[in-house]
Amino acid sequence: MAKTFVEKILSRERSVSAGEILEIKPDFAMSHDNTAAIAKTFRQIGIKKIDKPDRHIVILDHCVPAANEKFAQNHKEIREFIKEQKIDHFYDIDRGICHQVICEEGFALPGKIIVGSDSHTTTYGAFGAFATGIGRSEMAAIFATGKIWFRVPETIKITIKGKIPAAISAKDIILKIIGDLKADGALYKSVWFAGPVVEEMSIAGRMVLTNMAVEMGAKNGHIEPDAKTAAYLKNRARVHYKPQYSDPDARIEENYEFEISDLEPQIACPHTVDNVKPASRVKGTKIDQIFFGSCTNARLEDFKIVADVLRNKKIHNHLRMVVIPASNQIYLQALQAGYIKDLIEAGAVLVNPGCGPCMGNHQGVLAPGEVTLSTSNRNFKGRFGCKESEIFLSSPLTAAVSALTGQIEDCRDFIKSSGGKHV
Amino acid sequence: MSEITGRIWKYGDNINTDVIFPGKYTYTVTDPGEMAKLALEDLDPEFSTLVQNGDIVLGGKNFGCGSSREQAAFCLKYAGVGAVIAKSFSRLYYRNCINAGLPALVLPQLYDQLNKGERIEIRLDRGIVVHKGVEYHFPPLPEEIIDIFNHGGLIPHIRKILKTDSMQRKE
Repeated sequence: MAKTFVEKILSRERSVSAGEILEIKPDFAMSHDNTAAIAKTFRQIGIKKIDKPDRHIVILDHCVPAANEKFAQNHKEIREFIKEQKIDHFYDIDRGICHQVICEEGFALPGKIIVGSDSHTTTYGAFGAFATGIGRSEMAAIFATGKIWFRVPETIKITIKGKIPAAISAKDIILKIIGDLKADGALYKSVWFAGPVVEEMSIAGRMVLTNMAVEMGAKNGHIEPDAKTAAYLKNRARVHYKPQYSDPDARIEENYEFEISDLEPQIACPHTVDNVKPASRVKGTKIDQIFFGSCTNARLEDFKIVADVLRNKKIHNHLRMVVIPASNQIYLQALQAGYIKDLIEAGAVLVNPGCGPCMGNHQGVLAPGEVTLSTSNRNFKGRFGCKESEIFLSSPLTAAVSALTGQIEDCRDFIKSSGGKHV
Repeated sequence: MSEITGRIWKYGDNINTDVIFPGKYTYTVTDPGEMAKLALEDLDPEFSTLVQNGDIVLGGKNFGCGSSREQAAFCLKYAGVGAVIAKSFSRLYYRNCINAGLPALVLPQLYDQLNKGERIEIRLDRGIVVHKGVEYHFPPLPEEIIDIFNHGGLIPHIRKILKTDSMQRKE
């Protein structure tokens, strides 16, 4: 019987179809600052040693360096657990956001099953992996048994067609899709992003799509690996991998097509990710802070876009701009390319790689009444630490152009005035 | 615990995990009593002081969307909530409820019938909710995973299958 990508990948031990429930051993399992809590739960199970330490990857990123004694204690307990359980794949506070690090370090591979105790684990689908978020107790159970249950999801295919307009990036496209399909539009489903626009996209752009698939309820997002994927993985892949592709006649539950040739820059407005409007309709909204960072949009190509706008200019004098590269590798590359200098000279604040304010922990949390424009993936009430603040989400280009005026802008206006030379 | 009786706390669509249990507490608050006090902090500040044992949280579509944080399920359990009923659940939240041993019932037809403060009865063994004498049926958990729930959640379940619960008793 013809099988979808996800049916194939989950059919390792016995042949399964959408709707069936099975137990499976993931290839890799990622946890972050929640590893101390997972370790406590693991100990409650009553066994001493974790099953296959080399399956586990632990990356500290949610509050690095520790903002106070409680976070410091949390990190300390994690380091002790890493030592005790001999987990080699451990990245301390210096390395970057877990989802970026997993990809840079060559764990996100075609055909692999990867789980993470974080909802944005869906990101690794950009490389043709089946990757999904799980809870802390489930990770503790994997520590103990190596296994987890899954219901095999039905597949939704989203085909993206057209010519990508200047000023438009993967972020505008995924915001448009989420705005149309809504926060529950892909509930429990496997979402397959396909079509000429996805093929044309960089690896970084594809990661934006799969990263945000969870914002419409998807179990996983996936993109078929191609020559770009292979080039990225060369000298990076940790283990041998075998890509899986959907059979041509496999059952696709729903097909959606998005034609993006006329797409305007998109903004997700408070307080839900699916509250999406064209930038032209929210243009003029005053902002107090810009956050350029997160596992969605803080990669080198994003830095180029933002630096090209802000070079030799100043951000608006009423505005703060917090910049957090997704990893230390990206930080170094951006430094070498001169982008960091451009941003600092423009008035931005550079913070070390990590999640920053996107959990409400530190490094740019908001005060009541404040408004932020962010390149991250969630704008829920209280997300940046204060429930009386507002978060708008946009692409890095929209954020950069808005930084110049201190209000949300339609970045196409800026491109026209600069003769389009920055894109 | 197959019968649950309690009052309804009614909320809308897309109630996300940030308003159920704010992200800023996820690495610093672990005590069940403290977690209970923070339940729904950014959604309904009255909830944690007025909730009573057995009360039922009612949500619209996509309840528990957002983060994977399972404290969003555990904090309701620790607050005494007997069950969560919704038109639909986010997949992570649904899994976390099973793993926490907190009943999560999918009952889209019930949402409009219920008002805040009304009392309903849930019979888990029979798969029904009783409201004003009318029975509403909810789909049972698949048999592959019903043991997880019946054993009180994922961790007690794993202890049972690895037999570490009986081993520790012997020790």
